[in-house]
Amino acid sequence: MAQIELAGKMFDIDEDGFIQDASDWDENVGAAIAPTEGVTEMTEEHWKVVNYIRDYYLEFGVAPMVRKLCKSTGFDMKKIYELFPSGPAKGACKIAGLPKPTGCV
Amino acid sequence: MADGQTNGKTPKLDKLDKGPWPSFVKEIKRAAEKNPMSKDLLGQLELSYEDKIGHWKHGGIVGVLGYGGGVIGRYSDVPEKFPNVAHFHTIRVNMPAGWFYTSDALRTLCDIWEKHGSGLTNMHGSTGDIVFLGTRTEQLEPIFSELTKEGFDLGGSGSDVRTPSACVGPARCEWACYDTLKLCYDLTMEYQDELHRPAFPYKFKFKCSGCPNDCVASVARSDMSIIGTWKDDIQVDQAAVKEYEDKGLNIQRDVCGNCPSKCMDWDGKTLEIDNRLCVRCMHCINAMPKALRPGKERGACLLLGSKAPIVEGAQLSSVLVPFMKMEPPYQELKDLCEKIWDLWCEEGKARERVGEFIQRVGLGNFLEAIEVEPSPYMIAHPRDNPYIFYEDYFEEGDEEDEDEDGDE
Ligand code: HEM
Ligand code: HEM
Ligand code: SF4
Ligand code: SF4
Repeated sequence: MAQIELAGKMFDIDEDGFIQDASDWDENVGAAIAPTEGVTEMTEEHWKVVNYIRDYYLEFGVAPMVRKLCKSTGFDMKKIYELFPSGPAKGACKIAGLPKPTGCV
Repeated sequence: MADGQTNGKTPKLDKLDKGPWPSFVKEIKRAAEKNPMSKDLLGQLELSYEDKIGHWKHGGIVGVLGYGGGVIGRYSDVPEKFPNVAHFHTIRVNMPAGWFYTSDALRTLCDIWEKHGSGLTNMHGSTGDIVFLGTRTEQLEPIFSELTKEGFDLGGSGSDVRTPSACVGPARCEWACYDTLKLCYDLTMEYQDELHRPAFPYKFKFKCSGCPNDCVASVARSDMSIIGTWKDDIQVDQAAVKEYEDKGLNIQRDVCGNCPSKCMDWDGKTLEIDNRLCVRCMHCINAMPKALRPGKERGACLLLGSKAPIVEGAQLSSVLVPFMKMEPPYQELKDLCEKIWDLWCEEGKARERVGEFIQRVGLGNFLEAIEVEPSPYMIAHPRDNPYIFYEDYFEEGDEEDEDEDGDE
């Protein structure tokens, strides 16, 4: 397994760059992942999305469905992709330190 | 050598190369002469046959900026043995409606792909897309930018609108009851956001067939099957029917006898069709194309809900709207789809296809929510099924039912 240093800590990551141990995540780690997903600066709006995903995951054990994410944050899909050009699943979830969403065909 | 423990020998795959049928092994071997990815693909496949287990990991999340779909990530679980297929991502490229290409366009696609990937293609995948099989993560953006520069775009994948597909329709086929190509293109353009940015509980496929022959198998492979049909009577050229008989066709036995609703009769001079009972199966028209053709009042029947067996069993689409005109801007169709999406997105569970959703909530509730009136056309055997409860029968001062023709 590959390793990467993020905000001074070492993390195991999978091929797609998702960190394996979600419990070691903090906001500095999230900010360190961001540039790899085309996010140059984490603004308040970025954090709103990331924190929502993170809290949802900690409560329910899965990432929220995209529609729920839009409703709860008040951002539409266009806005979400403006914030996270690689999309909510690949971009926002990775920055939020979630494990990789299960693949689909 | 990169081909790991099989030492470049593939005795099990070689067996597939023998015999009368064409084999994918032959194609991959040919590609392997030029491309190391294809070579390792053979090696890994041989190993899978040896070990009786697949050596691809499950899933992968890769893509291009701006899109949430179009690339399907795949990694080897034995990359040390087969480093050239350590990444083996699939790219879906949106095909032109009806799959019409110039040879230039095909060469362009192949050139891009040979430069950046394995060179292996699947023309076409079951979604209809041009499928590029096998590339590495760092090649994705370059491929995407070269494709778009040439006017191509990625198709759908994941929980989005999948690349709509259509039969060749009026471009080559006299039976087309609407312009499948035009509708397919229109839906593709209208739903770009839904196609590239997955936001549904699961995938949603549109397939457009011009007539009930259903050459894109939409009834079995699309959530929304749009199948051409007609409202009025089959057009009959009696003299041409007679000609078929003169040339030796046994019309009574082979045409009338195989009509599923037994609504035809041939007395040696005149072919009679009781169009009220015809179920638009196309059999008689296929059998005597010079004599019979679909009626003149044409449109499409919308069917909903088919899917392959992934989470639950396989399912065919069933009738949602018996007849709808199919003319631009297709507003009625779009309004209906958007109502269905609103409901399904709100109430559907993750990875629940719309057909499964309907089964879970019940057709009655579903129809009420999308504001479509139930009708006997939605039932496979309307005259046989005693389990439908019509409230109308119990209301005072029953209104006349507007439409009881039992026509399509
Ligand atoms: C047990 C293993 C697998 C199962 C059960 C499986 C199942 C499926 C299913 C159900 C589909 C959808 C077919 C449809 O469109 O109706 C599909 C599509 C696909 N699968 Fe698999 N699959 C497996 C392994 C693989 C592997 C190992 C690869 C590649 C290395 C692969 C590549 C693809 C591709 C590229 C498509 C899309 C084809 C298209 O667009 O038509 N699958 N798979
Ligand atoms: C393990 C026990 C039973 C099984 C597996 C069974 C199975 C069935 C099946 C498959 C049908 C046909 C339903 C259809 O065509 O849609 C049926 C109909 C029927 N069963 Fe049973 N049954 C059982 C027990 C009973 C009992 C105990 C009674 C009466 C006390 C009963 C009364 C009926 C009646 C009246 C019908 C006809 C309903 C209609 O056509 O409207 N059944 N049953
Ligand atoms: S589905 Fe009908 S209209 Fe389309 S190509 Fe086939 S026969 Fe022709
Ligand atoms: S289309 Fe099918 S059902 Fe209709 S008359 Fe011909 S054979 Fe019979």
